[in-house]
Amino acid sequence: MSLLDFARGPAIEVALAVFTLGVMWRLISLLGLPWAKDRTVRRAGAPSDFSAGVSGFIRHLWVPKGFGMTSRFALINGYVFHLGLAIIFFGFVQHILFLRGLFGVSWPGLPTSVISIAAVVTLGSLVAALVRRMTSPVMRLISTANDYFTWLITTLPVLTGLLAVSHLGARYETLLAIHILTVAALLIWFPFGKLMHAFLVFLTRAETGVFYGRRGVKI
Amino acid sequence: MSDGNHPGGTIGEALLARGISRRSLLKYTGYLASILALPPMASRAMADALAKAPRQSVIWLSFQECTGCTESLTRSFNPTLEDMIFDLISLDYHETLMAVSGAAAEEAMQAARAANKGKYVLVVDGSVSTAEGGIYSTNAGKTNLATLKDMASDAAAVLSVGTCAAFGGIPHAKPNPTGAVPVSEIVTDKPVINIPGCPPIPEAIAGTVAYIITFGKLPDLDHLSRPKAFFGDSIHDRCYRRPFYDKGLFAKSFDDEGARNGWCLYEVGCKGPVTYNACATLKWNGGVSFPIQSGHGCLGCSEPDFWDRGGFYKPLSASVMGNPAIIGGAAVAGIVAGAASVALARKRRAEALAAQSKASAAAQEKMP
Ligand code: SF4
Repeated sequence: MSLLDFARGPAIEVALAVFTLGVMWRLISLLGLPWAKDRTVRRAGAPSDFSAGVSGFIRHLWVPKGFGMTSRFALINGYVFHLGLAIIFFGFVQHILFLRGLFGVSWPGLPTSVISIAAVVTLGSLVAALVRRMTSPVMRLISTANDYFTWLITTLPVLTGLLAVSHLGARYETLLAIHILTVAALLIWFPFGKLMHAFLVFLTRAETGVFYGRRGVKI
Repeated sequence: MSDGNHPGGTIGEALLARGISRRSLLKYTGYLASILALPPMASRAMADALAKAPRQSVIWLSFQECTGCTESLTRSFNPTLEDMIFDLISLDYHETLMAVSGAAAEEAMQAARAANKGKYVLVVDGSVSTAEGGIYSTNAGKTNLATLKDMASDAAAVLSVGTCAAFGGIPHAKPNPTGAVPVSEIVTDKPVINIPGCPPIPEAIAGTVAYIITFGKLPDLDHLSRPKAFFGDSIHDRCYRRPFYDKGLFAKSFDDEGARNGWCLYEVGCKGPVTYNACATLKWNGGVSFPIQSGHGCLGCSEPDFWDRGGFYKPLSASVMGNPAIIGGAAVAGIVAGAASVALARKRRAEALAAQSKASAAAQEKMP
Protein backbone atom coordinates (compact mmCIF):
# COMPACT_ATOMS: atom_id res chain seq x y z
CA MET A 1 0.00 0.00 0.00
CA SER A 2 1.42 3.36 -1.00
CA LEU A 3 1.54 6.31 1.36
CA LEU A 4 -1.27 7.97 -0.59
CA ASP A 5 -3.47 4.88 -0.42
CA PHE A 6 -2.82 4.70 3.31
CA ALA A 7 -3.68 8.39 3.76
CA ARG A 8 -6.85 8.27 1.63
CA GLY A 9 -7.95 5.02 3.23
CA PRO A 10 -7.23 3.80 6.77
CA ALA A 11 -5.63 7.03 8.05
CA ILE A 12 -8.52 9.32 7.23
CA GLU A 13 -11.07 6.70 8.25
CA VAL A 14 -9.53 6.19 11.70
CA ALA A 15 -9.11 9.97 12.10
CA LEU A 16 -12.79 10.57 11.30
CA ALA A 17 -13.79 7.86 13.76
CA VAL A 18 -11.66 9.36 16.54
CA PHE A 19 -13.00 12.82 15.71
CA THR A 20 -16.62 11.67 15.87
CA LEU A 21 -16.11 9.67 19.03
CA GLY A 22 -14.21 12.46 20.76
CA VAL A 23 -16.61 15.25 19.82
CA MET A 24 -19.66 13.22 20.87
CA TRP A 25 -18.07 12.23 24.14
CA ARG A 26 -16.94 15.74 25.04
CA LEU A 27 -20.17 17.49 24.04
CA ILE A 28 -22.49 15.03 25.77
CA SER A 29 -20.42 14.80 28.92
CA LEU A 30 -20.17 18.58 29.08
CA LEU A 31 -23.83 19.33 28.39
CA GLY A 32 -25.03 16.58 30.66
CA LEU A 33 -22.96 17.67 33.67
CA PRO A 34 -25.05 18.62 36.69
CA TRP A 35 -25.24 22.41 36.81
CA ALA A 36 -24.53 24.35 39.95
CA LYS A 37 -27.59 26.41 40.68
CA ASP A 38 -27.03 30.17 40.38
CA ARG A 39 -28.33 31.31 43.74
CA THR A 40 -28.04 35.02 43.07
CA VAL A 41 -31.22 37.05 42.91
CA ARG A 42 -31.95 38.11 39.35
CA ARG A 43 -31.52 41.84 39.10
CA ALA A 44 -34.68 43.76 38.23
CA GLY A 45 -34.86 44.48 34.50
CA ALA A 46 -32.19 41.87 33.70
CA PRO A 47 -32.68 40.25 30.27
CA SER A 48 -33.88 36.69 29.95
CA ASP A 49 -31.12 34.05 30.00
CA PHE A 50 -31.64 33.39 26.32
CA SER A 51 -31.25 36.95 25.17
CA ALA A 52 -28.36 37.52 27.60
CA GLY A 53 -26.69 34.45 26.09
CA VAL A 54 -27.18 35.60 22.51
CA SER A 55 -26.11 39.15 23.19
CA GLY A 56 -23.14 37.88 25.19
CA PHE A 57 -22.02 35.95 22.15
CA ILE A 58 -22.60 38.86 19.78
CA ARG A 59 -20.84 41.38 22.00
CA HIS A 60 -17.79 39.12 22.12
CA LEU A 61 -17.51 39.37 18.37
CA TRP A 62 -15.76 42.71 18.66
CA VAL A 63 -13.25 44.33 21.02
CA PRO A 64 -14.92 46.44 23.70
CA LYS A 65 -14.14 50.14 23.77
CA GLY A 66 -11.06 51.06 25.64
CA PHE A 67 -8.94 48.19 24.40
CA GLY A 68 -5.85 49.16 22.46
CA MET A 69 -4.66 48.52 18.93
CA THR A 70 -2.93 45.24 19.82
CA SER A 71 -6.14 43.65 20.98
CA ARG A 72 -7.89 44.91 17.89
CA PHE A 73 -5.14 43.53 15.70
CA ALA A 74 -5.32 40.17 17.44
CA LEU A 75 -9.04 40.01 16.90
CA ILE A 76 -8.94 41.08 13.26
CA ASN A 77 -6.08 38.67 12.64
CA GLY A 78 -8.17 35.94 14.23
CA TYR A 79 -11.01 36.71 11.84
CA VAL A 80 -8.63 36.69 8.89
CA PHE A 81 -7.34 33.19 9.43
CA HIS A 82 -10.70 31.80 10.50
CA LEU A 83 -12.30 33.19 7.37
CA GLY A 84 -9.32 32.06 5.30
CA LEU A 85 -9.59 28.53 6.65
CA ALA A 86 -13.31 28.49 5.87
CA ILE A 87 -12.75 29.72 2.30
CA ILE A 88 -10.07 27.09 1.72
CA PHE A 89 -11.98 24.26 3.33
CA PHE A 90 -15.39 24.94 1.82
CA GLY A 91 -14.39 26.66 -1.42
CA PHE A 92 -11.66 24.48 -2.91
CA VAL A 93 -13.16 22.01 -5.37
CA GLN A 94 -10.90 19.17 -4.24
CA HIS A 95 -12.16 19.67 -0.67
CA ILE A 96 -15.78 19.85 -1.79
CA LEU A 97 -15.23 16.49 -3.52
CA PHE A 98 -13.88 15.09 -0.24
CA LEU A 99 -16.94 16.37 1.63
CA ARG A 100 -19.27 15.11 -1.10
CA GLY A 101 -17.76 11.66 -0.61
CA LEU A 102 -18.62 11.84 3.09
CA PHE A 103 -21.98 13.61 3.14
CA GLY A 104 -23.26 13.36 -0.42
CA VAL A 105 -23.79 17.11 -0.80
CA SER A 106 -21.78 19.50 -2.91
CA TRP A 107 -21.75 23.10 -4.01
CA PRO A 108 -19.88 25.13 -6.63
CA GLY A 109 -16.23 25.76 -5.82
CA LEU A 110 -14.14 28.91 -6.10
CA PRO A 111 -11.42 29.45 -8.70
CA THR A 112 -8.11 27.94 -7.63
CA SER A 113 -6.43 31.35 -7.79
CA VAL A 114 -8.79 32.68 -5.10
CA ILE A 115 -8.04 29.66 -2.92
CA SER A 116 -4.30 30.06 -3.39
CA ILE A 117 -4.47 33.72 -2.36
CA ALA A 118 -6.65 32.80 0.62
CA ALA A 119 -4.16 30.11 1.63
CA VAL A 120 -1.18 32.46 1.47
CA VAL A 121 -3.03 35.13 3.48
CA THR A 122 -4.17 32.51 6.00
CA LEU A 123 -0.66 31.23 6.42
CA GLY A 124 0.66 34.76 6.96
CA SER A 125 -2.10 35.42 9.45
CA LEU A 126 -1.36 32.22 11.36
CA VAL A 127 2.31 33.15 11.56
CA ALA A 128 1.32 36.60 12.84
CA ALA A 129 -0.84 34.94 15.52
CA LEU A 130 2.10 32.82 16.61
CA VAL A 131 4.47 35.78 16.67
CA ARG A 132 2.04 37.66 18.87
CA ARG A 133 1.64 34.69 21.17
CA MET A 134 5.38 34.41 21.54
CA THR A 135 6.19 38.09 21.92
CA SER A 136 3.42 39.35 24.16
CA PRO A 137 4.43 38.73 27.80
CA VAL A 138 0.83 38.17 28.86
CA MET A 139 0.12 35.76 26.01
CA ARG A 140 3.30 33.90 26.78
CA LEU A 141 2.30 33.55 30.37
CA ILE A 142 -1.11 32.08 29.61
CA SER A 143 -0.04 29.93 26.65
CA THR A 144 0.38 26.23 27.20
CA ALA A 145 1.74 23.41 25.08
CA ASN A 146 -1.87 22.83 24.00
CA ASP A 147 -1.92 26.27 22.34
CA TYR A 148 1.32 25.78 20.47
CA PHE A 149 0.47 22.27 19.37
CA THR A 150 -2.97 23.38 18.21
CA TRP A 151 -1.34 26.16 16.21
CA LEU A 152 0.98 23.65 14.56
CA ILE A 153 -1.75 21.16 13.80
CA THR A 154 -3.85 23.93 12.20
CA THR A 155 -1.01 25.40 10.19
CA LEU A 156 0.39 22.18 8.78
CA PRO A 157 -2.60 21.33 6.55
CA VAL A 158 -2.55 24.86 5.10
CA LEU A 159 1.16 24.67 4.42
CA THR A 160 1.14 21.15 2.99
CA GLY A 161 -1.97 21.94 0.96
CA LEU A 162 -0.26 24.92 -0.62
CA LEU A 163 2.78 22.81 -1.41
CA ALA A 164 0.60 20.08 -2.93
CA VAL A 165 -1.31 22.53 -5.13
CA SER A 166 1.89 24.13 -6.33
CA HIS A 167 3.73 20.78 -6.70
CA LEU A 168 6.63 22.02 -4.59
CA GLY A 169 9.20 19.94 -2.77
CA ALA A 170 8.26 16.38 -3.68
CA ARG A 171 6.22 14.29 -6.06
CA TYR A 172 2.55 15.18 -6.08
CA GLU A 173 1.36 11.84 -4.66
CA THR A 174 3.72 12.27 -1.69
CA LEU A 175 2.64 15.87 -1.11
CA LEU A 176 -1.03 14.93 -1.33
CA ALA A 177 -0.51 12.01 1.06
CA ILE A 178 1.29 14.22 3.57
CA HIS A 179 -1.45 16.82 3.26
CA ILE A 180 -4.15 14.24 3.96
CA LEU A 181 -2.13 12.86 6.88
CA THR A 182 -1.85 16.33 8.44
CA VAL A 183 -5.62 16.66 8.14
CA ALA A 184 -5.97 13.26 9.81
CA ALA A 185 -3.74 14.50 12.65
CA LEU A 186 -5.92 17.61 12.98
CA LEU A 187 -9.08 15.51 13.16
CA ILE A 188 -7.59 13.27 15.84
CA TRP A 189 -6.38 16.20 17.94
CA PHE A 190 -9.57 18.22 17.44
CA PRO A 191 -11.78 16.93 20.29
CA PHE A 192 -9.00 16.81 22.85
CA GLY A 193 -7.28 20.15 22.36
CA LYS A 194 -8.08 23.80 21.81
CA LEU A 195 -9.68 23.12 18.44
CA MET A 196 -12.78 21.98 20.27
CA HIS A 197 -13.54 25.69 20.62
CA ALA A 198 -15.18 25.40 17.21
CA PHE A 199 -18.13 23.86 19.11
CA LEU A 200 -17.56 25.23 22.58
CA VAL A 201 -17.14 28.89 21.68
CA PHE A 202 -20.91 29.25 21.39
CA LEU A 203 -21.46 27.73 24.82
CA THR A 204 -18.70 29.52 26.70
CA ARG A 205 -19.52 32.98 25.39
CA ALA A 206 -23.27 32.53 25.84
CA GLU A 207 -22.72 31.20 29.35
CA THR A 208 -20.62 34.23 30.25
CA GLY A 209 -23.40 36.44 28.85
CA VAL A 210 -26.02 34.63 30.93
CA PHE A 211 -23.93 34.76 34.10
CA TYR A 212 -23.36 38.49 33.93
CA GLY A 213 -26.68 39.35 32.31
CA ARG A 214 -28.47 37.99 35.35
CA ARG A 215 -26.44 40.43 37.45
CA GLY A 216 -27.30 43.30 35.14
CA VAL A 217 -23.84 43.52 33.63
CA LYS A 218 -23.29 43.67 29.91
CA ILE A 219 -20.07 41.97 29.07
CA MET B 1 10.52 -14.18 -34.22
CA SER B 2 14.05 -15.21 -34.77
CA ASP B 3 14.07 -16.00 -38.43
CA GLY B 4 16.13 -18.94 -39.41
CA ASN B 5 18.03 -17.03 -42.10
CA HIS B 6 19.96 -14.88 -39.69
CA PRO B 7 20.73 -16.83 -36.60
CA GLY B 8 23.03 -14.84 -34.38
CA GLY B 9 23.71 -12.21 -37.07
CA THR B 10 24.16 -8.52 -36.43
CA ILE B 11 21.25 -6.13 -36.50
CA GLY B 12 22.76 -4.44 -39.55
CA GLU B 13 22.67 -7.71 -41.46
CA ALA B 14 19.12 -8.38 -40.39
CA LEU B 15 18.00 -4.96 -41.54
CA LEU B 16 19.82 -5.32 -44.83
CA ALA B 17 18.14 -8.64 -45.47
CA ARG B 18 14.79 -6.96 -44.97
CA GLY B 19 15.73 -4.18 -47.35
CA ILE B 20 15.83 -1.55 -44.60
CA SER B 21 18.25 1.20 -45.54
CA ARG B 22 20.64 3.07 -43.27
CA ARG B 23 18.46 6.12 -43.81
CA SER B 24 15.47 4.25 -42.32
CA LEU B 25 17.65 3.07 -39.45
CA LEU B 26 18.75 6.66 -38.79
CA LYS B 27 15.15 7.76 -38.88
CA TYR B 28 14.34 5.07 -36.38
CA THR B 29 17.24 5.86 -34.06
CA GLY B 30 16.39 9.57 -34.36
CA TYR B 31 12.90 8.75 -33.21
CA LEU B 32 14.21 6.51 -30.41
CA ALA B 33 16.65 9.20 -29.28
CA SER B 34 13.85 11.72 -29.13
CA ILE B 35 11.48 9.53 -27.10
CA LEU B 36 14.33 8.51 -24.82
CA ALA B 37 15.09 12.20 -24.32
CA LEU B 38 18.66 11.72 -25.59
CA PRO B 39 20.54 14.51 -27.37
CA PRO B 40 19.96 14.59 -31.17
CA MET B 41 23.59 13.59 -31.76
CA ALA B 42 22.87 10.30 -30.07
CA SER B 43 20.80 9.08 -33.00
CA ARG B 44 23.84 8.65 -35.28
CA ALA B 45 25.82 6.88 -32.54
CA MET B 46 22.82 4.69 -31.88
CA ALA B 47 22.49 3.78 -35.55
CA ASP B 48 26.17 2.83 -35.74
CA ALA B 49 26.05 0.84 -32.53
CA LEU B 50 22.85 -0.92 -33.52
CA ALA B 51 24.11 -1.88 -36.96
CA LYS B 52 27.12 -3.60 -35.44
CA ALA B 53 25.40 -5.11 -32.42
CA PRO B 54 24.38 -8.72 -32.46
CA ARG B 55 20.68 -9.27 -32.30
CA GLN B 56 19.69 -9.50 -28.68
CA SER B 57 18.30 -12.85 -27.69
CA VAL B 58 14.95 -12.42 -26.00
CA ILE B 59 12.88 -15.06 -24.27
CA TRP B 60 9.35 -13.93 -23.61
CA LEU B 61 7.29 -15.63 -20.93
CA SER B 62 3.58 -15.05 -20.50
CA PHE B 63 2.06 -15.72 -17.08
CA GLN B 64 -1.22 -14.49 -15.57
CA GLU B 65 -2.06 -11.98 -18.28
CA CYS B 66 -4.52 -11.11 -21.02
CA THR B 67 -2.07 -10.85 -23.95
CA GLY B 68 -2.88 -7.14 -24.16
CA CYS B 69 0.81 -6.32 -23.74
CA THR B 70 1.80 -8.44 -26.73
CA GLU B 71 -1.11 -6.97 -28.67
CA SER B 72 0.07 -3.50 -27.80
CA LEU B 73 3.53 -4.17 -29.15
CA THR B 74 2.66 -6.20 -32.21
CA ARG B 75 -0.33 -4.19 -33.33
CA SER B 76 1.32 -0.87 -32.75
CA PHE B 77 0.04 1.66 -35.18
CA ASN B 78 3.27 2.53 -36.86
CA PRO B 79 4.78 -0.81 -37.88
CA THR B 80 7.82 0.67 -39.57
CA LEU B 81 8.91 1.96 -36.18
CA GLU B 82 7.81 -0.48 -33.53
CA ASP B 83 8.07 -3.41 -35.90
CA MET B 84 11.75 -2.68 -36.13
CA ILE B 85 12.10 -3.90 -32.61
CA PHE B 86 11.80 -7.37 -34.10
CA ASP B 87 14.87 -6.66 -36.19
CA LEU B 88 16.80 -5.58 -33.13
CA ILE B 89 16.03 -8.70 -31.22
CA SER B 90 16.01 -12.36 -31.82
CA LEU B 91 12.75 -13.36 -30.21
CA ASP B 92 13.60 -16.94 -29.41
CA TYR B 93 10.54 -17.89 -27.47
CA HIS B 94 7.11 -16.30 -27.33
CA GLU B 95 4.10 -18.54 -26.92
CA THR B 96 1.69 -16.25 -28.72
CA LEU B 97 3.92 -15.37 -31.64
CA MET B 98 5.87 -18.56 -32.28
CA ALA B 99 4.73 -21.04 -34.87
CA VAL B 100 5.69 -24.20 -33.03
CA SER B 101 3.91 -25.45 -30.00
CA GLY B 102 4.10 -28.17 -27.39
CA ALA B 103 7.35 -30.00 -26.78
CA ALA B 104 9.03 -28.35 -29.78
CA ALA B 105 8.39 -24.92 -28.27
CA GLU B 106 9.86 -25.95 -24.94
CA GLU B 107 12.89 -27.32 -26.74
CA ALA B 108 13.31 -23.99 -28.56
CA MET B 109 13.30 -22.22 -25.24
CA GLN B 110 15.93 -24.50 -23.74
CA ALA B 111 18.06 -24.25 -26.90
CA ALA B 112 17.94 -20.43 -26.82
CA ARG B 113 18.77 -20.49 -23.17
CA ALA B 114 21.79 -22.78 -23.66
CA ALA B 115 23.05 -20.73 -26.63
CA ASN B 116 22.75 -17.37 -24.83
CA LYS B 117 23.39 -18.36 -21.26
CA GLY B 118 23.80 -15.29 -19.08
CA LYS B 119 23.16 -13.00 -22.06
CA TYR B 120 19.50 -13.20 -22.96
CA VAL B 121 16.88 -10.74 -21.83
CA LEU B 122 13.90 -12.35 -20.17
CA VAL B 123 10.69 -10.49 -20.92
CA VAL B 124 7.73 -11.36 -18.73
CA ASP B 125 4.15 -10.26 -19.13
CA GLY B 126 1.64 -11.30 -16.49
CA SER B 127 1.90 -11.71 -12.76
CA VAL B 128 3.23 -14.75 -10.96
CA SER B 129 0.84 -16.89 -8.98
CA THR B 130 2.34 -18.04 -5.69
CA ALA B 131 -0.65 -19.42 -3.78
CA GLU B 132 -0.53 -23.20 -3.28
CA GLY B 133 2.93 -23.30 -4.80
CA GLY B 134 1.77 -21.44 -7.91
CA ILE B 135 -0.60 -24.07 -9.26
CA TYR B 136 -3.11 -21.47 -10.44
CA SER B 137 -1.07 -20.77 -13.54
CA THR B 138 0.95 -23.46 -15.24
CA ASN B 139 2.44 -24.07 -18.63
CA ALA B 140 3.76 -27.30 -20.07
CA GLY B 141 3.08 -28.90 -16.71
CA LYS B 142 5.27 -26.41 -14.86
CA THR B 143 4.11 -23.58 -12.64
CA ASN B 144 4.91 -20.05 -13.80
CA LEU B 145 6.70 -19.60 -10.51
CA ALA B 146 9.10 -22.46 -11.23
CA THR B 147 9.59 -21.41 -14.86
CA LEU B 148 10.41 -17.84 -13.85
CA LYS B 149 12.94 -18.88 -11.22
CA ASP B 150 14.51 -21.32 -13.64
CA MET B 151 14.71 -19.01 -16.67
CA ALA B 152 15.73 -15.91 -14.69
CA SER B 153 18.75 -17.71 -13.28
CA ASP B 154 20.52 -17.58 -16.67
CA ALA B 155 19.20 -14.21 -17.87
CA ALA B 156 21.19 -10.99 -18.09
CA ALA B 157 18.21 -8.88 -17.11
CA VAL B 158 14.47 -9.20 -16.74
CA LEU B 159 11.97 -6.87 -18.36
CA SER B 160 8.58 -6.86 -16.65
CA VAL B 161 6.24 -5.73 -19.37
CA GLY B 162 2.81 -4.53 -18.32
CA THR B 163 1.38 -3.71 -14.91
CA CYS B 164 0.69 -7.38 -14.06
CA ALA B 165 4.35 -8.33 -14.36
CA ALA B 166 5.57 -5.05 -12.91
CA PHE B 167 3.23 -4.65 -9.95
CA GLY B 168 0.88 -7.64 -9.90
CA GLY B 169 -1.82 -5.79 -11.84
CA ILE B 170 -5.33 -7.10 -12.06
CA PRO B 171 -4.60 -10.65 -10.78
CA HIS B 172 -3.09 -8.97 -7.71
CA ALA B 173 -6.27 -6.91 -7.10
CA LYS B 174 -8.16 -7.70 -3.92
CA PRO B 175 -8.82 -10.41 -2.89
CA ASN B 176 -6.00 -11.81 -5.01
CA PRO B 177 -7.08 -15.45 -4.91
CA THR B 178 -4.04 -16.74 -6.78
CA GLY B 179 -1.50 -15.01 -4.56
CA ALA B 180 -0.31 -13.03 -7.58
CA VAL B 181 2.93 -11.11 -7.12
CA PRO B 182 5.09 -8.99 -9.41
CA VAL B 183 8.15 -10.50 -11.07
CA SER B 184 10.45 -8.35 -8.93
CA GLU B 185 9.27 -10.19 -5.83
CA ILE B 186 10.52 -13.49 -7.23
CA VAL B 187 13.60 -12.35 -9.13
CA THR B 188 15.76 -10.52 -6.63
CA ASP B 189 19.27 -11.25 -7.85
CA LYS B 190 18.98 -9.84 -11.39
CA PRO B 191 18.22 -6.36 -12.66
CA VAL B 192 14.47 -6.07 -13.22
CA ILE B 193 13.10 -3.23 -15.32
CA ASN B 194 9.41 -2.45 -15.07
CA ILE B 195 7.50 -1.16 -18.06
CA PRO B 196 4.02 -0.96 -16.58
CA GLY B 197 0.81 0.04 -18.28
CA CYS B 198 -2.37 -1.79 -19.05
CA PRO B 199 -1.20 -2.20 -21.72
CA PRO B 200 2.19 -0.52 -21.78
CA ILE B 201 2.98 1.99 -24.50
CA PRO B 202 4.66 0.10 -27.37
CA GLU B 203 7.31 2.80 -27.78
CA ALA B 204 8.25 2.35 -24.11
CA ILE B 205 8.86 -1.37 -24.65
CA ALA B 206 10.70 -0.89 -27.92
CA GLY B 207 12.64 2.12 -26.68
CA THR B 208 13.85 0.37 -23.55
CA VAL B 209 14.98 -2.72 -25.46
CA ALA B 210 16.73 -0.53 -28.02
CA TYR B 211 18.48 1.36 -25.25
CA ILE B 212 19.77 -1.82 -23.65
CA ILE B 213 21.04 -3.14 -26.97
CA THR B 214 22.63 0.13 -28.04
CA PHE B 215 24.30 1.14 -24.81
CA GLY B 216 24.75 -2.29 -23.27
CA LYS B 217 23.39 -1.05 -19.95
CA LEU B 218 20.11 -0.35 -18.25
CA PRO B 219 18.44 3.03 -18.70
CA ASP B 220 17.94 5.38 -15.73
CA LEU B 221 15.17 3.99 -13.56
CA ASP B 222 12.83 5.59 -11.03
CA HIS B 223 12.08 4.24 -7.54
CA LEU B 224 9.66 1.72 -9.04
CA SER B 225 12.32 0.52 -11.53
CA ARG B 226 10.60 2.23 -14.46
CA PRO B 227 12.72 3.89 -17.17
CA LYS B 228 12.69 7.59 -16.37
CA ALA B 229 12.60 8.45 -20.05
CA PHE B 230 9.02 7.19 -20.22
CA PHE B 231 7.88 7.37 -16.62
CA GLY B 232 9.63 10.51 -15.44
CA ASP B 233 6.64 12.84 -15.74
CA SER B 234 3.10 12.39 -14.55
CA ILE B 235 0.23 12.42 -17.01
CA HIS B 236 -0.98 15.55 -15.22
CA ASP B 237 2.37 17.32 -15.77
CA ARG B 238 1.98 16.88 -19.51
CA CYS B 239 -1.78 17.00 -19.83
CA TYR B 240 -3.19 19.53 -22.26
CA ARG B 241 -6.20 19.98 -19.93
CA ARG B 242 -3.90 21.18 -17.15
CA PRO B 243 -4.73 24.91 -17.56
CA PHE B 244 -8.34 24.06 -16.68
CA TYR B 245 -7.18 22.17 -13.61
CA ASP B 246 -5.09 25.12 -12.53
CA LYS B 247 -8.06 27.43 -12.91
CA GLY B 248 -10.40 25.06 -11.08
CA LEU B 249 -12.61 24.35 -14.12
CA PHE B 250 -13.82 20.76 -13.97
CA ALA B 251 -16.23 18.61 -15.97
CA LYS B 252 -18.80 17.26 -13.53
CA SER B 253 -20.03 14.46 -15.75
CA PHE B 254 -19.07 12.99 -19.08
CA ASP B 255 -21.66 14.92 -21.04
CA ASP B 256 -22.00 18.25 -19.32
CA GLU B 257 -20.92 21.58 -20.67
CA GLY B 258 -17.55 21.32 -18.94
CA ALA B 259 -16.88 18.00 -20.66
CA ARG B 260 -17.84 19.50 -24.02
CA ASN B 261 -15.52 22.42 -23.35
CA GLY B 262 -12.67 20.03 -22.68
CA TRP B 263 -12.26 20.95 -19.01
CA CYS B 264 -10.21 18.95 -16.54
CA LEU B 265 -11.51 15.47 -15.65
CA TYR B 266 -10.38 15.45 -12.00
CA GLU B 267 -13.92 15.48 -10.67
CA VAL B 268 -14.88 12.44 -12.71
CA GLY B 269 -12.00 10.49 -11.25
CA CYS B 270 -8.90 11.27 -13.31
CA LYS B 271 -5.80 9.76 -11.68
CA GLY B 272 -3.41 11.67 -13.95
CA PRO B 273 -1.86 13.66 -11.09
CA VAL B 274 -0.47 10.51 -9.47
CA THR B 275 0.23 8.46 -12.59
CA TYR B 276 3.59 8.38 -14.28
CA ASN B 277 3.58 7.40 -17.93
CA ALA B 278 4.10 8.88 -21.37
CA CYS B 279 0.50 8.69 -22.65
CA ALA B 280 0.11 12.47 -22.73
CA THR B 281 3.19 12.93 -24.90
CA LEU B 282 3.62 9.77 -27.01
CA LYS B 283 -0.11 9.06 -27.07
CA TRP B 284 -1.61 5.97 -28.67
CA ASN B 285 -2.38 4.67 -32.14
CA GLY B 286 0.47 6.50 -33.74
CA GLY B 287 0.04 9.66 -31.71
CA VAL B 288 -3.64 10.05 -32.50
CA SER B 289 -5.05 10.32 -29.00
CA PHE B 290 -4.93 9.12 -25.41
CA PRO B 291 -7.67 8.44 -22.88
CA ILE B 292 -7.93 11.99 -21.53
CA GLN B 293 -8.05 13.38 -25.06
CA SER B 294 -10.89 10.96 -25.77
CA GLY B 295 -12.81 12.35 -22.80
CA HIS B 296 -12.11 9.79 -20.09
CA GLY B 297 -10.02 10.33 -16.99
CA CYS B 298 -6.73 8.50 -16.56
CA LEU B 299 -7.23 5.18 -14.71
CA GLY B 300 -3.69 5.24 -13.36
CA CYS B 301 -2.91 1.89 -14.99
CA SER B 302 0.87 2.22 -14.78
CA GLU B 303 0.83 2.54 -11.00
CA PRO B 304 0.81 -0.22 -8.37
CA ASP B 305 -2.65 -1.27 -7.13
CA PHE B 306 -4.47 0.95 -9.62
CA TRP B 307 -7.37 -1.46 -9.43
CA ASP B 308 -7.85 -1.02 -5.69
CA ARG B 309 -7.87 2.75 -5.32
CA GLY B 310 -11.51 3.13 -4.48
CA GLY B 311 -12.95 3.21 -7.99
CA PHE B 312 -12.00 4.79 -11.28
CA TYR B 313 -14.64 7.50 -10.95
CA LYS B 314 -13.86 8.50 -7.39
CA PRO B 315 -11.99 11.80 -7.31
CA LEU B 316 -8.46 11.61 -6.04
CA SER B 317 -9.17 13.90 -3.09
CA ALA B 318 -12.13 11.82 -1.85
CA SER B 319 -11.38 9.35 0.89
CA VAL B 320 -11.58 5.62 0.32
CA MET B 321 -13.60 4.26 3.21
CA GLY B 322 -12.99 0.63 3.95
CA ASN B 323 -16.08 0.47 6.11
CA PRO B 324 -18.17 3.62 6.71
CA ALA B 325 -19.93 1.81 9.58
CA ILE B 326 -16.79 2.46 11.64
CA ILE B 327 -17.75 6.16 11.78
CA GLY B 328 -21.28 5.28 12.88
CA GLY B 329 -19.85 2.93 15.48
CA ALA B 330 -17.52 5.69 16.71
CA ALA B 331 -20.50 8.06 17.07
CA VAL B 332 -22.39 5.49 19.14
CA ALA B 333 -19.29 4.79 21.26
CA GLY B 334 -18.87 8.55 21.80
CA ILE B 335 -22.50 8.90 22.90
CA VAL B 336 -22.15 5.96 25.29
CA ALA B 337 -18.89 7.32 26.71
CA GLY B 338 -20.49 10.77 27.12
CA ALA B 339 -23.55 9.29 28.84
CA ALA B 340 -21.31 7.24 31.13
CA SER B 341 -19.33 10.37 32.13
CA VAL B 342 -22.59 12.19 32.82
CA ALA B 343 -23.93 9.32 34.91
CA LEU B 344 -20.68 9.17 36.85
CA ALA B 345 -20.65 12.91 37.50
CA ARG B 346 -24.28 12.87 38.63
CA LYS B 347 -23.67 9.89 40.89
CA ARG B 348 -20.70 11.62 42.52
CA ARG B 349 -22.71 14.76 42.99
CA ALA B 350 -25.64 12.84 44.51
CA GLU B 351 -23.21 11.08 46.84
CA ALA B 352 -21.57 14.37 47.80
CA LEU B 353 -24.96 15.97 48.45
CA ALA B 354 -26.08 12.97 50.52
CA ALA B 355 -22.88 13.07 52.55
CA GLN B 356 -23.29 16.79 53.02
CA SER B 357 -26.87 16.57 54.22
CA LYS B 358 -25.96 13.68 56.51
CA ALA B 359 -23.15 15.72 57.99
CA SER B 360 -25.34 18.75 58.53
CA ALA B 361 -28.10 16.57 60.08
CA ALA B 362 -25.52 15.09 62.44
CA ALA B 363 -24.28 18.54 63.28
CA GLN B 364 -27.81 19.69 64.01
CA GLU B 365 -28.40 16.71 66.26
CA LYS B 366 -25.30 17.56 68.23
CA MET B 367 -26.52 21.07 68.77
CA PRO B 368 -27.82 21.56 72.28
S1 SF4 C 1 -7.57 15.70 -16.93
FE1 SF4 C 1 -6.42 14.55 -15.36
S2 SF4 C 1 -4.29 14.67 -15.95
FE2 SF4 C 1 -5.39 16.22 -17.13
S3 SF4 C 1 -5.21 18.09 -15.90
FE3 SF4 C 1 -7.11 17.12 -15.27
S4 SF4 C 1 -6.52 15.83 -13.51
FE4 SF4 C 1 -4.64 16.39 -14.59
